[in-house]
Amino acid sequence: MYRVNMRKMEDNQSGVISAVRVGGELGRRIRDMGLVPGTPVRIQGRAPLYDPVALRIRGFTLTLRNSEADHIEVEVA
Amino acid sequence: MSKITLALAGNPNAGKTTLFNELTGARQHVGNYPGVTVEKKEGVYLHDGYELHIVDLPGTYSLTAYSVEEVVARDFLVNEKPEVIVNIVDASNLERNLYLSLQFLERGIPVCIALNMIDVAKSRGIEIKSQKLSELLGVPVVPIIARSGYGKHDLMKTAARVAEEKTVQKPLQISYGDDLDRVIQEMEKEIISGNFLTDTYPARWIALKYLENDELVLSKGNAANPALSEKLTGMTRSVTAHLEDTMDTYPEALLADYRYGYIHSIVRKGVIRRKDDENRLYTSDKIDRIVTHRFLGPLIMLAVLLMLYQFTFTYSEVPVSWFEAFFSWLSDTVSTALDQGFLKSLIVSGIIDGVGGVLGFVPLIMFMFFGIAVLEDSGYFARVAFMMDRIFRIFGLHGSSVMAYILSGGIAGGCAVPGVMATRTLKSTRERMATLLTVPFMNCGAKLPLLALLTGTFFGKNKALLMFVLTLISWAGALLVAKFLRVTIIRGPATPFVMELPPYRFPTFKGLAIHTWERTWQYIQKAGTVILGISVIIWAMMTFPELSEKEIQRFEHQQETLQISLDAAISPSEAGHIRKQLQDIDSQEAKERLRNSVAGRIGTFMERVTKFAGFDWRINIALLGGFAAKEVVVSTLGTAYSLGEADAEAAKSLSETLAKSPSWSPLVALSLIIFTMFYAPCFVAVVCIIREAGSWKWGLFSMVFNTLLAFTLAVIVFQLGSLMGY
Repeated sequence: MYRVNMRKMEDNQSGVISAVRVGGELGRRIRDMGLVPGTPVRIQGRAPLYDPVALRIRGFTLTLRNSEADHIEVEVA
Repeated sequence: MSKITLALAGNPNAGKTTLFNELTGARQHVGNYPGVTVEKKEGVYLHDGYELHIVDLPGTYSLTAYSVEEVVARDFLVNEKPEVIVNIVDASNLERNLYLSLQFLERGIPVCIALNMIDVAKSRGIEIKSQKLSELLGVPVVPIIARSGYGKHDLMKTAARVAEEKTVQKPLQISYGDDLDRVIQEMEKEIISGNFLTDTYPARWIALKYLENDELVLSKGNAANPALSEKLTGMTRSVTAHLEDTMDTYPEALLADYRYGYIHSIVRKGVIRRKDDENRLYTSDKIDRIVTHRFLGPLIMLAVLLMLYQFTFTYSEVPVSWFEAFFSWLSDTVSTALDQGFLKSLIVSGIIDGVGGVLGFVPLIMFMFFGIAVLEDSGYFARVAFMMDRIFRIFGLHGSSVMAYILSGGIAGGCAVPGVMATRTLKSTRERMATLLTVPFMNCGAKLPLLALLTGTFFGKNKALLMFVLTLISWAGALLVAKFLRVTIIRGPATPFVMELPPYRFPTFKGLAIHTWERTWQYIQKAGTVILGISVIIWAMMTFPELSEKEIQRFEHQQETLQISLDAAISPSEAGHIRKQLQDIDSQEAKERLRNSVAGRIGTFMERVTKFAGFDWRINIALLGGFAAKEVVVSTLGTAYSLGEADAEAAKSLSETLAKSPSWSPLVALSLIIFTMFYAPCFVAVVCIIREAGSWKWGLFSMVFNTLLAFTLAVIVFQLGSLMGY
């Protein structure tokens, strides 16, 4: 088990969110969507230009820009 | 009959609009929340002696103070005090949807939960025990299927009961861990003893909002009791420092963590039963594998955008021609019924042509909104934003901006009016403003006649290539100006993208029809009234003052002389010759009239400045006329070159005239092309910009800024070209 930045995760890789290190509006938006520590997440894929990234959490698909994913730390197996 | 006000709230894509349409049908009214461009929908539901007044709140994921939608929803709850909130919750996406519900419950407002899409959930192997959920949350939960209307009567009955009973909903208390719970309790005590905002909000909720640094509540608090407000912020500061030291987190983050933790614990108490893994791939995800594929995705998107374009502009041609035929019939009828004179000119040229010009857009607008509604309701729109965002972000825009640009003429031949209106699909304010101010730079269908005329006349050989280059120039111009606006007057950080890709759904016809109609009707109402006034003004500018008595007599005299010789003419060829001369005189008179009018005088006066771009008074008048509608540029040029009304046949002779005229050259043509592409939008577009931007200042801005930009570019082109010897 080790921690990686969400941007560095590969397609179809799964993990559990360990930290969301951003406040303000962006932090609020990310948390509102259910990206809080302890939540399982899987990278669903990326847009044709490799950004934004699509995730699967809590049974739905969420997209984030890479610059936004940078604030999220994920524990992967 | 008892009247009840009911607010419909929920996440975007939870089926809120579908439920609203199902409940109210045609008995709905669309307006705006005061001061903002967020749509406010209201409707009435009659049942069993109840009259339920339903207000559709904007779809939100949360109740913070970050987006306009959230602020609108919160203000509504405070100011209008609905008796009950029907919180629509997507059963196939329960945890995230309950996050909003929790915030209503903490706020202590009577809530009734509508558990929607139980059919979709079932097909995904999810079963929800609504009774159990209701027990755990302490509010009624009614399973429904909004698309089919299943459960709606039950829902309304339950909601009415909640409102009737006037049960004081005890605010939900969630534990936020030792550190926060302790400070929340202390804050609560202070708030209650100080009677601090407690008339409006529950004490605990105020404490939570102070911990979240909620700007709206903080500013209200500061106004009500600055000392206590300062004390509470101080408490927030000290607990924040403590949390950062001990747990490397802060209150706002911790609150969200605990809320989701609370939801998770509820859901696990036997509320939900899954047949398989919650993150397995559904049909929708399999479609996305293809639709957002690295290579296929962009190709499919291009095809879909072309189809939308084709649908909007080609299929609307038939109804547009009906409208045109109707208005030309109307103007013919009025023309024959009225005597020659100003009244006739006002009614025919001012009112009928002006209003007809606007109503002529109606089928186009309807088709566009229908096409957009299909893309929006099916969920494809979000995919376009997902794929295009990387490119548009560079210019300070959002992935969703692409739609507005395409419709405005990103593929030559669109229209800025639907383009500006299409920016409604953009939720982020700054990105939306930058988009709606730059879409008029695209080469809309009305600019095309002039572009075609000039490229054909002066760059005949390379016409197709040049048109392509012009399309690229308009894109480059629009994107660069957007970037410029985003670093100057609409400066500010990018709005977070964080966007849900909702599952693909088949749009319902009812939803599409209501959607299309209400937006079209808004256009007719708002645009129709203002535009009538402006077209009369433009008509007057191009009509008054009249020629002097002497001038009129001179033309009349010439006409009479020719008429006499026409009557006396013997051979048909002679008669034909004289008729031609008569027409020339008429055209001559029209030209002199135009030149003598206010518009003509402005045009002549403007020559002093416009000569730097190579424009003479004729071009100036034509461009002034182009403010009414860009098509007018060509026909006014025709009049100014005394060709009479420049219709399709006359265009050829206009082309010949321009080619021969000493005041024209390929360089002047190029300068004019650039100017036409970038100068002030036509006034229909300006009216739409004012409406969509929420302030007339933006309409004024787009007229002044665009014209200055266009003029600068035209001068650069003309002066550089002249220096290089063209």
